[in-house]
Amino acid sequence: MTDNEHETGRPEGWPEGRPRPDRRTPARVLGTPLTDAPSTGAPWSGASSGAASARPDAADEEPDLPAVPGVLGVVPQDERTARRAERVAALCFLLAFAALVAFLVTYVRLQVGGLSATGSSHVALGGTLTLALLALASGIVIWVRQIMPKYELVQRRHPMASPEEVRAEVAATFVRGAAESGIVRHRLLRRTLLLAAAPLGLAPLVLLRDLDTTGAPAAQLHRKLRHTVWGERTEDGKPLRLVVEGTGQPIRAADFNSPGGILSVVPQGYEHDLNVLAKATVILIKFRPEELKPGTDPNWTHDGIVAYSKICTHVGCPAALYEQTTHHILCPCHQSTFDAADGARVVFGPAARPLPQLPVGVDEEGYLVALGDFAAPVGPSYWERGDAEARARENGGHL
Amino acid sequence: MSELRTVPERIAGPATFLDDRLGAGGFARRNLRKIFPDHWSFLLGEIALYSFVILLLTGTFLTFWFKPSMGEIVYNGTYAPLKGVAMSEAYASTLDISFEVRGGLLIRQIHHWSALVFIGGMMAHALRVFFTGAYRKPRELNWIIGVVILSVALFEGLTGYSLPDDLLSGAGLRVTQGVVIGLPVVGTYLNFFLFGSEYPGEDVISRFYSIHILLLPGLILALVTAHLILMWVQKHTQFPGKGRTNRNVVGAPFYPAFMAKSGAFFLFTFAVIAGLGTFAQINPVWLYGPYTPADISAGSQPDFYLAFLEGALRIMPAWEVNLFGTSQAGTVPLSVVIPALVPLGIIVVGMALYPFLERWITGDHREHHLADRPRDNPHRTSIGMAAIAFYGVLWLFGGNDIISANFRVSLYTTTWAGRILVFVAPALAYAVTYRICLGLQRSDVAVLTHGVESGVIKRMPDGRYVEVHSRPAEDIEAHLRGREPVPVLPYDEAVPPRGLRGPIGRLRLRMSRAYGGEKVPIANGGPHGEDGQAALPDALPDTLSDGQNRALTR
Repeated sequence: MTDNEHETGRPEGWPEGRPRPDRRTPARVLGTPLTDAPSTGAPWSGASSGAASARPDAADEEPDLPAVPGVLGVVPQDERTARRAERVAALCFLLAFAALVAFLVTYVRLQVGGLSATGSSHVALGGTLTLALLALASGIVIWVRQIMPKYELVQRRHPMASPEEVRAEVAATFVRGAAESGIVRHRLLRRTLLLAAAPLGLAPLVLLRDLDTTGAPAAQLHRKLRHTVWGERTEDGKPLRLVVEGTGQPIRAADFNSPGGILSVVPQGYEHDLNVLAKATVILIKFRPEELKPGTDPNWTHDGIVAYSKICTHVGCPAALYEQTTHHILCPCHQSTFDAADGARVVFGPAARPLPQLPVGVDEEGYLVALGDFAAPVGPSYWERGDAEARARENGGHL
Repeated sequence: MSELRTVPERIAGPATFLDDRLGAGGFARRNLRKIFPDHWSFLLGEIALYSFVILLLTGTFLTFWFKPSMGEIVYNGTYAPLKGVAMSEAYASTLDISFEVRGGLLIRQIHHWSALVFIGGMMAHALRVFFTGAYRKPRELNWIIGVVILSVALFEGLTGYSLPDDLLSGAGLRVTQGVVIGLPVVGTYLNFFLFGSEYPGEDVISRFYSIHILLLPGLILALVTAHLILMWVQKHTQFPGKGRTNRNVVGAPFYPAFMAKSGAFFLFTFAVIAGLGTFAQINPVWLYGPYTPADISAGSQPDFYLAFLEGALRIMPAWEVNLFGTSQAGTVPLSVVIPALVPLGIIVVGMALYPFLERWITGDHREHHLADRPRDNPHRTSIGMAAIAFYGVLWLFGGNDIISANFRVSLYTTTWAGRILVFVAPALAYAVTYRICLGLQRSDVAVLTHGVESGVIKRMPDGRYVEVHSRPAEDIEAHLRGREPVPVLPYDEAVPPRGLRGPIGRLRLRMSRAYGGEKVPIANGGPHGEDGQAALPDALPDTLSDGQNRALTR
């Protein structure tokens, strides 16, 4: 993988502080003092075992590099330090052993299930594991730093580029191979091969088409986004009732009578269908009639009860927060703020469009029902949406 | 204590077996004693590497119990508050991993924490490489591999975050969907291809699962391997210092010292992450409840690495265009598309192109193995700090609601502050960093020409008092002298070279002159005039003009 590596410490048996009379001695190395200054630190001991291991590599392919001034080489640790470090490291390893045994015991003895039992098992397992890893790591670090020698060895770098003659040879080989293969000379071969290969790249892409499981033609996909179930009717042809999210209770208009009240509402019969809820969830707000401003379509309200899509027009989070005094609906994801009294127009934040209003009324039993679908697609914008609000106005309030 | 004289039979046997079949001896001979330079900042990448290993190990453990299904079941496990609640199998199995599997909660939390450490480690590592110029030739390819790993890891994190299918992860998924569907022309198609139908559909969890546990980790693993091989082949950079040149590498050998140190560092990383996983609760999904698109909890936040996208979405003003009016095409929700693509694009593309732009501007085609200190290239460092400020502001305002709530500032004020700061903070960071870099260069020069203040006051024969300055320690001096001026394109006022005559060429030349050059020459002494009282015993200037390895020909 890598080519000729060389490694030198200070050469064996050569006097400290004097450059070696080597034919490869380079000019002064950048960033070093002019003279070969005596190295600081402990003198290099030529006979140490560390140096012995450093030598064979260097002797291999080229004569070794000259000593680099100021580089220590291999400095063995002081024997007493090493002996003390051995005891500390051994203590660390014993601690790690004990912690790992405790980990195994904990696993067997402490059962899980429920908050508190799981909690104690979790802390015991994690605590012993952490302790064992810490002790093991500390022991190894002490080993490296206080028992192994201090290393400051030098290895030569070579330019990454290959020598010119190698490049030339490769180029010649390439040309020769291309000529031998005949791919250049035989034009028909080359062109038909390229022709055949091109669709091969398309095949996997085509295979991904059925990632969309609706079965609808691609150009029709966006139509699904325009409608919600509120436009549908029950089996006996009645409009869908609004029911409270969670409980599924239908709402009698007369009961929802305290101004400032707010409910999260879903279509009856679809209380647990997440695909429906992602588009059809609605917030229901009760106003005093004089509080409503022109942005809200009065024909689509019932007795001061207004319904807006809960799905934010920015990126689709449920706009779930409501401030009674200002009538502001706030989306907790990106803080788009809508004025509920004024057609849920955008007051602040990144959403660009109002929350669509759902036309509501009551059925013969006095329960709130949807009189039709939203006039504009709910939720985040998409390419095929167009200016749906303007389109609805042109068509007299319909999609 | 007996020393080893020969290779023990237990090792020699298998080694011979392998060498007979692979001829691995040559490789081992060249590489066992490979030298690795030492600096604390070189360990940042290792943190990322080791947390990736931990991610693979813990992730595999989690797959044994996790069920990537959106099928609805009724929970009947041991966590009482959710008993009888309808939820997806994915969420139920996540609860089971947390409460029914011994060590399951621990491994889940370790997995989540190491994901954060993985991405945080990569970011820190990338910044180290950037600020030290370690991306320069010949390491541009490895830099690009790193940028790709970081980008892929963001998606890896996003897909993993969405798997438990709790209310919080669902909110993240919903935002993702809102962004995807908003992309011009292709948004609707992508939405249906990703979710299988309208949001949320029944497929996204199982699709994210195979992306999260197979596709992206496989890609990351391959790229990480390539990253390490290139690092190995090209050898690590080192900081300038005594005996350290562009043509050598000084440090500890792989076997035994670097190997053991790396092993210990892996264990330390693991220990810290295990400690976090044990004692710092993360993503307690049982508190959030199952996902429903109708509900959300206030204060919903993504993991930290996606918070800059969240912040961009939050501070963006409302802006949407309908290119073709009321016809059913041409809606571009710029308040979604811009924050989703532009900051990420600026950062990722900017990172990927930077080595090539810098080379184009400086005309520097040499190999660099000596790392710069950040002060050595003030404009690069300032650009990096400006990018950090840009990212940092977006990141911070990903929590604009939290800031407003905690500091009792109006939400609108906070958001407006973000809108202004995202432009002002990078400019400010640039200017301040540039001055700091020059100041640090001057202080280096002062140390070199003036010496180190010794604290000894001396009275001169003529009655003046001066402080004696002593020569800096050798290694420090060598380190400081490692700075070389940023190269500038060679130019000639009278006859500019052909490539620099056109408008782009002139711009290139102007940028080159601004970017490069020696801002604070080492030879010319400090910013304030010395009057000789502190001159060093041996004259230094002649050691400074050593140009053989330094500047391009001017």
